[in-house]
Amino acid sequence: MADLTVKIGQLTLKNPVLTASGTFGYGLEYADFFDLSEIGGIVVKGTTLHPREGNAYPRMAETPAGMLNAVGLQNKGVDYFVSHIYPAIKEINTCMIVNVSGSTIDDYVACAARINDLEKIPAIELNISCPNVKQGGMAFGTDCASAAAVVKAVRQVYNKTLIVKLSPNVTDITKIAQAVETEGADAVSLINTLLGMAVNTETRKPVLSTITGGLSGACIKPVALRMVYQTAKAVKIPVIGMGGISCAKDAIEFIIAGATAIQIGTYNFIDPTISVKVAEGINEYLERHGFSSVQELTASLQV
Amino acid sequence: MKYLADWIVVENTPLNVRYCLLRLRLNQELPEMQPGQFVQAKIENSPSTFLRRPISIHYVHRDKREIGLLVQIVGNGTQKLASLTVGEKLNLIYPIGKGFSIPKPDKTKQTLLLIGGGVGIAPLLFLGQTLKQQGFIPEFLLGARTRNDLLCLDDFAAVGAVYITTEDGSIGEKGFVSNHSVLSNTKADFIYTCGPKPMMMAVARYAKRHNIPCEVSLENTMACGIGACLCCVEKTVDGNTCVCTEGPVFNINELLWQI
Ligand SMILES: Cc1cc2nc3c(=O)[nH]c(=O)nc-3n(C[C@H](O)[C@H](O)[C@H](O)COP(=O)(O)OP(=O)(O)OC[C@H]3O[C@@H](n4cnc5c(N)ncnc54)[C@H](O)[C@@H]3O)c2cc1C
Ligand SMILES: Cc1cc2nc3c(=O)[nH]c(=O)nc-3n(C[C@H](O)[C@H](O)[C@H](O)COP(=O)(O)O)c2cc1C
Ligand code: FES
Repeated sequence: MADLTVKIGQLTLKNPVLTASGTFGYGLEYADFFDLSEIGGIVVKGTTLHPREGNAYPRMAETPAGMLNAVGLQNKGVDYFVSHIYPAIKEINTCMIVNVSGSTIDDYVACAARINDLEKIPAIELNISCPNVKQGGMAFGTDCASAAAVVKAVRQVYNKTLIVKLSPNVTDITKIAQAVETEGADAVSLINTLLGMAVNTETRKPVLSTITGGLSGACIKPVALRMVYQTAKAVKIPVIGMGGISCAKDAIEFIIAGATAIQIGTYNFIDPTISVKVAEGINEYLERHGFSSVQELTASLQV
Repeated sequence: MKYLADWIVVENTPLNVRYCLLRLRLNQELPEMQPGQFVQAKIENSPSTFLRRPISIHYVHRDKREIGLLVQIVGNGTQKLASLTVGEKLNLIYPIGKGFSIPKPDKTKQTLLLIGGGVGIAPLLFLGQTLKQQGFIPEFLLGARTRNDLLCLDDFAAVGAVYITTEDGSIGEKGFVSNHSVLSNTKADFIYTCGPKPMMMAVARYAKRHNIPCEVSLENTMACGIGACLCCVEKTVDGNTCVCTEGPVFNINELLWQI
């Protein structure tokens, strides 16, 4: 068995495989299928200061090798999370990370501060990249100054591991990554969904209620991989890679390109047990190639 | 509790060019399954099909560890299901969702009307069989475009009385289910319905006007099927509600349909 542990800020993950926000519920939805403690971590649903109803149905359109979603951060707010969900998930024996979203800097700060008090939540992932709500954070994630401002403000109230999730809907993602690194982010995770759309030709109407939505799944992998590669070269903090990972080989590509850890999103819908399989597959790969630890593989791309 | 396992195809019968009936066997005990619940089927080797496909449980043969799926071919995913051959595997997440409610045992004298259209008849066979086993007397009202689109009539007739409408009048009464004379001749005590949305809305409108409790089974498009993605929501009295976990069956009083 190779050493699969990785370090992200103050965290030590038992392996580099996490599940991505918005695709894994609160973890409990998958507990019937496998032992959740076998994966490195779970990033739970996007949580906001106030409850959000999300967007109108239809919220989903399948695409070749992927899907568009326009969920729009439906959640019951951080107070409900603290009182009703946290008690149910705090015994899950893996690293539980809360994805924090907001429309204003004050919202992000207030939400992060609430979660800072939760003993069994050792990290947050600051979502400055949701494409599906008007002031859904993507505005923060597409501009260096705003990205820096929100991270700076949250850093003042949040003293555990702070991961910042980046939007791919920018000209140069490395600039945003550097801006949040400067303000004290412990790691960056990327990519969130790519802005896309679908048209129903019979009705000449958009398929999604919001017209545009976020593209995820296998079809975005090459774009995500390229961004992870570029970002890992541009920052010193760990990069958590995601976007279209559907098997161990995909995950290994991200790690070789520079990712310290990876997240699996949409593919959980197709194979709810994919995350454990990927963790096992990474171990097999490391053994087969004579690596003693996964950390040796990170950024080992031979160019 | 939900499960994830490979089932073996033991039969795949084309019913006509647009429908097939799949019989699947599991190599272990079947869990508890309720009428109205569904499965999420993994589609292999269809490049344009990325997600699983939700399909209702059409019947359950517990002693043989088998279930039936009635599939309407509408696109590449269902086409793949139709082309599965005996002995092949089909990976399912099962059973999913909240099914139809079964009346209290002292209500066996009630008239229970199960109204289906198109492939929406699929869960009604399992529902009818379950009701009959528990001493109720289910009756079916089934609608289709033509005689050839009416499926599994013998199976339904073995469970209870069957009333029929076709749009072209080739069998049964001509028109839509909501115009069938049985609705004006008898007042049901409970209505269950599954089918195209306009049909279900017409049935719901009838039920509401006549003060008959009514449950409908929704077919919102789904991604995960297990409550993780929030893609399948229906607006209800409780706000945006997941159809895959809180449904697919809803009482019409919970929905915000303009009926
Ligand atoms: C809870 C539930 C139970 C279902 N039970 C059954 C069943 O027992 N038997 C059965 O044959 N089908 C059932 N369906 C519908 C079935 O899931 C879809 O027909 C199927 O996903 C279509 O996949 P496809 O790849 O063949 O078609 P696609 O290529 O995905 O779609 C082809 C066409 O069908 C339409 N379509 C796709 N999905 C749906 C949908 N959910 N409702 C209405 N139209 C749709 C699309 O708009 C498109 O025009 C059920 C759906 C749900 C949500
Ligand atoms: C249905 C759905 C909901 C999502 N919700 C969130 C969210 O609330 N917060 C967030 O940061 N990312 C969200 N994402 C983005 C994913 O976490 C991930 O970044 C993206 O899907 C790319 O990875 P994938 O291709 O493996 O899915 C969502 C994605 C999907 C498909
Ligand atoms: S389909 Fe994902 S929550 Fe219902």
